[in-house]
Amino acid sequence: MNKTVRQWAIPTFAIILFLLLWELLVWANGWPNYKMASPTDIGPAFVKYWPLFLEYSWDTLWRTVVGLVVAVIIGTGIGMVMGFSRTMRDALYPLLVGFNAVPKATVVPVIALLFVGQHDFNTILIAFMISFFPIAVAVSIGLSTLEPEYRDILRSLGASNLTIFWKIALPKTLPEFFGALKVSVTLAFIGTNLMEIVEPHGRGLGHLFDSGKINADYPLMFAVLIALAALGIILFYVVVLLEKIFAGWAERSDGY
Amino acid sequence: MTNLIDIKGVTHAYKTDKGPLPVLDGLDVSVKEGEFCAVVGPSGCGKSTLTRLVAGLMKPDQGEVWLHGERVTSPRSTVGMAFQNPVLLEWRTILDNVILPLEIVPNNMTRADREDRARALLSLVGLDGFEDKRPSELSGGMRQRASLCRAIVHKPEVLIMDEPFGALDAFTREDLWQTMHALRAEEPFTGVLITHDLRESIYLADEVVVLSGRPARTQYRMDTRLDGRTDIDLLYTPEVATMLGTLRDQIKIAQGRSATEDAL
Repeated sequence: MNKTVRQWAIPTFAIILFLLLWELLVWANGWPNYKMASPTDIGPAFVKYWPLFLEYSWDTLWRTVVGLVVAVIIGTGIGMVMGFSRTMRDALYPLLVGFNAVPKATVVPVIALLFVGQHDFNTILIAFMISFFPIAVAVSIGLSTLEPEYRDILRSLGASNLTIFWKIALPKTLPEFFGALKVSVTLAFIGTNLMEIVEPHGRGLGHLFDSGKINADYPLMFAVLIALAALGIILFYVVVLLEKIFAGWAERSDGY
Repeated sequence: MTNLIDIKGVTHAYKTDKGPLPVLDGLDVSVKEGEFCAVVGPSGCGKSTLTRLVAGLMKPDQGEVWLHGERVTSPRSTVGMAFQNPVLLEWRTILDNVILPLEIVPNNMTRADREDRARALLSLVGLDGFEDKRPSELSGGMRQRASLCRAIVHKPEVLIMDEPFGALDAFTREDLWQTMHALRAEEPFTGVLITHDLRESIYLADEVVVLSGRPARTQYRMDTRLDGRTDIDLLYTPEVATMLGTLRDQIKIAQGRSATEDAL
């Protein structure tokens, strides 16, 4: 089979099969749609609320991406500080671990009250808070495990620390960075939705999910889940694409 | 001829949790311009510290390191380094790895000049056709060849090598030794070679310096010029066998065992 056909046909087939089994499961058990909506219930829900889906998907998407970008900037910054300075690593590590250990679901209501009404800010803040940790850890490990010889090669030529960072430390850390980013992108997405669901009068897919619940519109709730899955897949593969572009060298080609 | 490298009375100790650990004790080594000096000694005797001092990567507690009439206090671009680990950058092609120093050291070469220079060197060490490969696609010996090219691409006055062939198998190592002679014929440089392979030190160097056990000082020097001959068969001549014997005895003394005691 042709490689591109394979790449597209097999996943497509798997998705169709999944939907069929789902429909079959609901039909065989005779479940009403408030117990479990079937794909044939969800289709009409999408059609009915299509403009809302477009608008709210966009809200969820841009908030997640902005939160993630902030997480990348701040996470990389913290990672750099921890990677280059042993003292800072010892100082920040317990704080970061403690911060990360707090389930973000419990932080969501606190933030929602703290900045009441500022939906965009709140959502971005939670997306950032939940997703920067893996990035900070990956960058700090990548930098602190840089073999001294790599540094010496450039330092012996009189290179500045900044040059060493750009030429060696940064590119060498990219595979770890992207590994972390794949985790973070999913986390940021969770963060966004948590806030959207909790906040009253909000926007975004989380809010649409919540209104589905309030109005007992179960097919709508399931439709939101499908939309969330689709958005999550898109975000994830954007990261994969970026990884291929910037850290493709770390991938062993076939046969090695 | 003047000395290009002069290490005068260098004493150095590392600070550890258990107090200072002296590694060098009044070490004197000098290398004339164009010559190749091999430094051998028991393991852990401070040989690698010596390379870092010459490269200006660290300052000695006492004593002075001079390079070309200038006192070394910080890194300078007139030095090239090669380690046991070839430390090639996986995200760069072999060609771009060799070019790296030219991107750091101030020069007015164009990109094309740099590529030409790197290609010429790679061809000299037998790596034609591998310019666009990634380091992971090359064997250990080939990677070390590329690493040597990178060490001398900016025409350094001094090449410092810290056990560059230590991780290679015996046959590859002999190949690389011959490559070193080929490189020196084309690109004259002054060299310091840290090694634990006595045959390597005799074959490649003009002078072998034996360091004592830690803290190291200069224990013995031997002129190992082989009348300009570079064929590998030379290593199996009686002349070289005698040299080897003397060096082995010196290493044993450095390790704290006397030569006669061990023979019994």
